[in-house]
Amino acid sequence: MVVDEFADGELDRVFRALADPTRRDILARTLRSGESVSSLAGHYRMSFAAVQKHVAALERAGLVRKRRHGREQIVHGSPETLHRAATLLAQYERLWSDRATRIAGVLANEEGSTT
Amino acid sequence: MTVPNGTADPTTLTLTFVAEFDAAPEAVWQVWEDPRKLERWWGPPTYPATFTRHEFVAGGESRYHMTGPDGDQPSGWWRIEAIDRPRSLEFSDGFAGSDGEPLPGDEPVTMRVTFEPTDRGTRMTTVTHFVSTEQMEKMIKMGMQEGMGLAMGQIDAVLASAG
Repeated sequence: MVVDEFADGELDRVFRALADPTRRDILARTLRSGESVSSLAGHYRMSFAAVQKHVAALERAGLVRKRRHGREQIVHGSPETLHRAATLLAQYERLWSDRATRIAGVLANEEGSTT
Repeated sequence: MTVPNGTADPTTLTLTFVAEFDAAPEAVWQVWEDPRKLERWWGPPTYPATFTRHEFVAGGESRYHMTGPDGDQPSGWWRIEAIDRPRSLEFSDGFAGSDGEPLPGDEPVTMRVTFEPTDRGTRMTTVTHFVSTEQMEKMIKMGMQEGMGLAMGQIDAVLASAG
């Protein structure tokens, strides 16, 4: 299972961040095994089109891939992307926290120069 | 400054970052509006930014480059999509070629920044939305040479003291 690829805290962080419960659920299901969109749609109280939209959003983010199997499109979760994205976002957060520190420096400097 | 924190959503490739400053929104706004102030924090310390153009109005564009320790100059551009002084700012940030102009076909990152007054000063929230993990990698590489730069600097210091 994908869980093994994450450190405990990191996994918590990723899943806490997955704000949309439906997408989180789709991702969890498709990480276990491939599922068609129509089969996925059977799990939720929403239209086929709405589920399709969630899948498309996950696909755009590279979190799932669709593979054609006969007449059906099977959705597969991509644990590598989830991991990579979480790692990258953590780095990007660091970039912003460094920037925020420097902004505070610019602001403090300014205050100092006017007094 | 209150310790900033970020919330990441890997499914939508979005990062929300919140920082609080002990200064009025107008002052925090100035660090974005005034290119000389912006240059003091946008680029990493080892890759200082230079804004050669900075049109801080709706539809306005900016051009910047960062200068690395080896003289390399990664370049970028902004386009202001929406602006409401001193409350919010929305812009696109993309990669530029060696001529300083936007790379054709390169899809920019979109960023929304809000400035809210608080008891102590200002809460600044930046929401960055990436289109792909590849784009994130590029952006982070461009913004984070600092980490590598600092590590290199430390190695230099160690070598110097050893010698």
